[in-house]
Amino acid sequence: MTRRKPIATGSDWNFEALEAYERAIGELAREYRLDTYPNQIEIITSEQMMDAYASVGMPIGYHHWSFGKQFLSVEQAYRRGQMGLAYELVINSDPCIAYLMEENSLMMQVLVIAHACYGHNSFFKGNYLFRAWTDASAIVDYLVFARKYVAKCEERHGVEAVEQLLDACHALQNYGVDRYKRPSPISAEEEVRRQDEREAYLQTQVNRLWSTIPAPASGLVQQPLHDLENDPLGLHRHDRYPSEPQENLLYFLEKNAPLLEPWQREIVRIVRKLAQYFYPQRQTQVMNEGWATFWHYTLMNRLYDDGLIDEGIMLEFLQSHTSVVSQPGFGSPYFNGINPYALGFAMFSDIQRICQAPTDEDREWFPDIAGSDWLETLHFAMHNFKDESFIQQFLSPKVIRDLKLFSLVDDDRDDSLQVEAIHDDRGYRRIREALSVQYALSAREPNIQVWEADIRGDRSLTLRHVQDRRRPLGQSLFPVMRYLHQLWGFPIKLESMEGGEVVRRYQWPIPESTRESA
Amino acid sequence: MSYFIDRRPNARNKSAVNRQRFLQRYRSHIKRAVEESVNRRSITDMERGEKVSIPAKDISEPSFQHGPGGRRTVVSPGNREFAEGDRLRRPSGGGGQGSGEGQAGNQGEGMDEFVFSLSREEFLDFVFDGLELPHLERKELQVLEETRPVRAGISKEGVPARINIVRSMREAQARRIGMRAPLKRALREAQEALEAEERKDPVLRNPARIDELKSEIARLEKRIGSIPFLDTYDLRYNHLTHQPMPSNQAVMFCIMDVSGSMTQAHKDIGKRFFLLLYLFLERNYEKVELVFVRHHTVAKEVDEEEFFYSRETGGTIVSSALTLVDSIIEARYAPEQWNLYVAQASDGDNWDDDSSTCLELLDESLMRKLQYFTYVEITPHAHQALWEAYETVRAAYPERFAMQQIVQAEDIYPVFRELFRQRAKG
Repeated sequence: MTRRKPIATGSDWNFEALEAYERAIGELAREYRLDTYPNQIEIITSEQMMDAYASVGMPIGYHHWSFGKQFLSVEQAYRRGQMGLAYELVINSDPCIAYLMEENSLMMQVLVIAHACYGHNSFFKGNYLFRAWTDASAIVDYLVFARKYVAKCEERHGVEAVEQLLDACHALQNYGVDRYKRPSPISAEEEVRRQDEREAYLQTQVNRLWSTIPAPASGLVQQPLHDLENDPLGLHRHDRYPSEPQENLLYFLEKNAPLLEPWQREIVRIVRKLAQYFYPQRQTQVMNEGWATFWHYTLMNRLYDDGLIDEGIMLEFLQSHTSVVSQPGFGSPYFNGINPYALGFAMFSDIQRICQAPTDEDREWFPDIAGSDWLETLHFAMHNFKDESFIQQFLSPKVIRDLKLFSLVDDDRDDSLQVEAIHDDRGYRRIREALSVQYALSAREPNIQVWEADIRGDRSLTLRHVQDRRRPLGQSLFPVMRYLHQLWGFPIKLESMEGGEVVRRYQWPIPESTRESA
Repeated sequence: MSYFIDRRPNARNKSAVNRQRFLQRYRSHIKRAVEESVNRRSITDMERGEKVSIPAKDISEPSFQHGPGGRRTVVSPGNREFAEGDRLRRPSGGGGQGSGEGQAGNQGEGMDEFVFSLSREEFLDFVFDGLELPHLERKELQVLEETRPVRAGISKEGVPARINIVRSMREAQARRIGMRAPLKRALREAQEALEAEERKDPVLRNPARIDELKSEIARLEKRIGSIPFLDTYDLRYNHLTHQPMPSNQAVMFCIMDVSGSMTQAHKDIGKRFFLLLYLFLERNYEKVELVFVRHHTVAKEVDEEEFFYSRETGGTIVSSALTLVDSIIEARYAPEQWNLYVAQASDGDNWDDDSSTCLELLDESLMRKLQYFTYVEITPHAHQALWEAYETVRAAYPERFAMQQIVQAEDIYPVFRELFRQRAKG
């Protein structure tokens, strides 16, 4: 490769230099088969960056105090210098919007272009979760629609009423996703067009469900619950509603909550749709950051090898990169959990190493990929996995050794913690298993589903929580149940199940009789 | 495929609404924090924002989460000394959660306080929240000297600086068209006649007619040529009229007793009170002037420095200050044009028979001119004659006269709030 002249030097940037670098990186990215959405790169000030942070990366959003809280805490952290804003902010949209801060040095701008505009962008376009769950081309329009709709509701029903509703929906937004069913794509146009229709339709659906004289359930006769002795006419015989447990609480509420007004259902729907948009991001943190970091590292090195950046920029880059992927150890005062950048970068780099220079250990552990084409393998990994399965599949003994991972078991039946596995032959598999579970959304968030809506009796809603390794629900349970109660309008019951048995029952509002003791 | 957009000129503060929503929602928390800080910090640095902290649990956004207990496995990096099967004591304390070391970081919590900064404006909003300036009046408009020039259409007279070029040129063009039209018509007729004449057979031509037409054409062309491009009566000027402005100015008279009995501590308290009042007025009026009057047995108008920091000895005659204020008002601040506020701080001492003089002065002259008179008595002791005299004034002008007692610095803010509490409208 002939060394070319650096496009620019020093730390000041200008648009020509950025455009030239963007083109150069784009060419390299094509060489590496990074398939991306078109990039829309926006230069913004640090204040605008704080705004963008506060709206959790949405370019536009409805108004809510929680975003204000987010803004204040970002601002405070930035002022105190605890946080650099620079690194990245990129939105999964088509075109892919990435923000560059004007205060950044030239190196930083180039780095962010490589990291966000080619790393994250190609991940958004390629990863199966994003492909299945989000619709990059529609999101911005949908956000605009959501903002307008919420503003309209505020005008009509008052800011406070809307805020309360949003509070309640936000508390449940992690439970607003169908995990196994691919959702229909969102489209703002469609939403607006069908909105009125839907309002009317939804209401009739709900009305039918809650009508005082329910039509007999045709065909679906369920026998055993029926008590012939006391209820010979079968008046109380009925199927459980819903007939299957529902994991999407917000969807269930939107469709079935008896007392919600149509506009309230619409807002529940908006929160649900946005939760769904963020759902893949929550499950691919390690992969997404690892992928982007791997590519900015590779691309920056290529730029340097080709002579397009000089030593000054390269050194500045290496310093920045090193701090991004640093992983303080367990005992360090800076320890704050596992750094997803560090873990992801280590894993993708290691896959490349396994492909290019496999050891005997690698051949034993990864017979399929050892010695294979690294680019092919890397793309395969990026396309088809999420954090949980990615770790399960690709966490190698070498990465475990390098990071000195160990797993600790905290069992409340035991008075001491136990080191279950460390980075040795006996521990690799167990650590891989444990780390994979640690990133599984199903283990991170309690498994709670709608079990039964008592549509003939007191109209209470019963949820079931299936305990995972005997872990109970945290204290925040009660405020969340209160919100549920606000949405549902009738008592909320929650049962914690362990091995098919109910081990704890919660209820909101707390019944009078137990209030004394509670 | 890629393009750059410079968004820097776009509006900032996209989050301003959300920020306001947050402040609104936690109003009571913030107000408490602001009140504490007002009492704590010296009022000289009221001019900056404030860091406010709210217990994090009060503003948390709940969601379903795992609580402590059960069995959990945490993978952490950086093992140094552990071997498989090692047993560790469960770390105690730390909130008593014992939820495993890796966990705290993952949840991104662990801060007990949510800390953020209020801007100066927001801070002062909270300080003065719920307070109201009594009798904030727009002073009579007719007698006002203060006016503001406003656009009032177009006029034919004016100064060159206000010339309206577009309108002037339009006028000129219209005039030119208008003045030329009959001349041009006559010219065209003359030219046609001339041509017709010249086309005739030379025998039939009338040379006299031709000469006549030629001179007519020349005359017309000259007239057309002499129509000015721009004439003085084309000129149009932007017309400005002077609109009287509602008075939005206030004077604040600070009266302080500097006799021997007033210690530095007393004066500090007084100063803080004056500063609060000044800040408050400043937020309500565009222009606030300050007049400092100090007195012992004689009153004197002084500058701020001298007002607060020089000491005098001797007795106290309050009426001297009131007389001086009255004469300053006479001389410089016509009540029709100024909103007048008097704030007086004293330890309550006064020459025995002077209090009745004060009463008379206030009742007969001063109170009619003033918007509001506030009196703070800085003393832990029993009230004296002055307080009693002022109570009479308060009874006579309950709307415009307020008095309170301050014992120590912490009382200033509550007292201030009490003095300016929003009255029920009616």
